[in-house]
Amino acid sequence: MQLDPLVLAAIAGMALATYFTRFIGYWLVRRTVVTGRLAGALEAVPGAVLTSIIAPMALATGPAETAAAALTVLMAVRLPLIVAVAGGCLAVVVLRAVIG
Amino acid sequence: MTTSLTFRRGEFAAGAFTILPLLVAVVPFGLLLGTLAAQKGLSPLETALMSATVFAGASQFVAVEIWTTPVAVVLLTATALMVNLRHVLMGAALAPGIRSWPAGATYGGLFFLADEIWAFALKRSAGQPLTPAYYFGLSLPLYLGWISTTTLGAIFGSVLQDPARYGLDFAFTAVFLTLLVSLWKGKRSLYPWLAAALVAVAAHQLLPGVWYIALGGLAGTLAGAFQRPVALQEATDAA
Repeated sequence: MQLDPLVLAAIAGMALATYFTRFIGYWLVRRTVVTGRLAGALEAVPGAVLTSIIAPMALATGPAETAAAALTVLMAVRLPLIVAVAGGCLAVVVLRAVIG
Repeated sequence: MTTSLTFRRGEFAAGAFTILPLLVAVVPFGLLLGTLAAQKGLSPLETALMSATVFAGASQFVAVEIWTTPVAVVLLTATALMVNLRHVLMGAALAPGIRSWPAGATYGGLFFLADEIWAFALKRSAGQPLTPAYYFGLSLPLYLGWISTTTLGAIFGSVLQDPARYGLDFAFTAVFLTLLVSLWKGKRSLYPWLAAALVAVAAHQLLPGVWYIALGGLAGTLAGAFQRPVALQEATDAA
């Protein structure tokens, strides 16, 4: 078991950054009510962030990745999520071999 | 005294019972994250420490994805901040439900504000008062499950060679795609997600690093601000 000082610093930085984001939103509005445009923006945040993270890999890497992404979505609609993830990984292996 | 204690234990159990199905679903993801972390050279102890102090699946997957040796401390910290910026808004949404809690429960509880905990806590507070006991009943099983499965993944994942052979380099994308499917709210999601995807792909081509996440997220959030306003409760019910 090794513990690298730089790794520790990175983990501490990530932990502090994460707690800050979880604390500050509550702290800012603890005495007010969120409505209107701010509520609409707030509703969009989780999906927008998740979409941004995966969009380059899913849409701009290659035809195999894009097709596998589409298959993953189709599977996720019908099947348990973890099955869809496993199916997506399998799909990308097969599609890369077939269409590159 | 006895009745209030029983009541609280009942609340804790209710929270734990609610999170149980999700806990089962989290096992493979935890194992997967541990495996990917081991591929990048993180030791099981380091992986356990990260899960215990950060406890944010999405940002941990991203961190492992961009992990380099030597470790880019500032980049990883800034990326965690960016990926988790959504929690600022999630905390704001949860505020009415928890503002009557004692300070210790509030600021301790906010540490556990993962996406799933947030969604279930909001759902609870829509119908009845959200108690700290229920909230911690949601949080603690997921917290312990996350630490143990990621650590196990890191222990056994280091024996796996060449993850791309098994499509594991795509696993992270697949995980998020399935999360997105469960977040989909029809037309209300379309424009924010479209804006996010377009800006993220463009920024990814044009800018170095992980700016595409912040810029795409911002574009989608702005698109959300210009949707037809809804009651906050209605907005969060389906989350």
